[in-house]
Amino acid sequence: MTLETAAFAGVAVVLLGSSLAVVLTPNLFHAVLWLAAALVATGGVFLLLDAPFLFGVQLLLYAGGVVTIVVFAIMLTERLVGQTLRSASRFLINGAVLSAAVFVGVAGFLVQAPAAGVRPALAGDLTVALGRALVGAFAVPLELLGVLLVIALLGALYFARSEP
Amino acid sequence: MPLGAYLVLAALVFAIGLFGVLTRRNAVGILLGIELMLNAVNINLVAFARFTGGLAGIVFTLFIIAITVAEVAVGLALVIVIFRVRRTVEADHLDLLRG
Repeated sequence: MTLETAAFAGVAVVLLGSSLAVVLTPNLFHAVLWLAAALVATGGVFLLLDAPFLFGVQLLLYAGGVVTIVVFAIMLTERLVGQTLRSASRFLINGAVLSAAVFVGVAGFLVQAPAAGVRPALAGDLTVALGRALVGAFAVPLELLGVLLVIALLGALYFARSEP
Repeated sequence: MPLGAYLVLAALVFAIGLFGVLTRRNAVGILLGIELMLNAVNINLVAFARFTGGLAGIVFTLFIIAITVAEVAVGLALVIVIFRVRRTVEADHLDLLRG
């Protein structure tokens, strides 16, 4: 068992365990904390795939930003009326059957697919290539992304304003 | 690790997220399931990009992460507004548009 295999196994166990905890924990606040663990584990998968920049983005935006926003939303909704944070699930059997069917369907394709070759050697620094691509071939989508973020900011402000 | 290992891991996380979307009562809980599904897709994109040598998958992952953050901000703003009006965020109780 090589070091990479061991690292992958460890990250996979953490990712799957925390993902299951996200959907199964009755307490919604605990579910958000488990989501943070799952997001960091996903960043670990990015590290294993030689994408350290994506690991940083994942930590900053997902584990930092999204988790903070969701915690705020829970505090603003559940706590105001003194309701308990417990959020029971429903349709457990149906949901499990449907999810398992989706997984089996995807796994069926994966089994049929031809075996992929070995991972090619890294040609230069991936972060440098990513930066060049963002201002080169993907410059227009990057600008559109900025426009989208401004629109999302304005939309969130519109919803959150106190007086209509 | 071979490409298939990453793809199976991503498929498992996607199925778990789908389970969360289907079974959670709370709108915020449903949003958490969607986050898991988006993460699974990101793993797939990065794995394919790394194993085929292209850059598009990594760039798209970057875009997906940014768009997801915007989506969560707008979605939670909606949840808070709905809570102000209806005093609940249980998805089953939000049937205003039911005919």
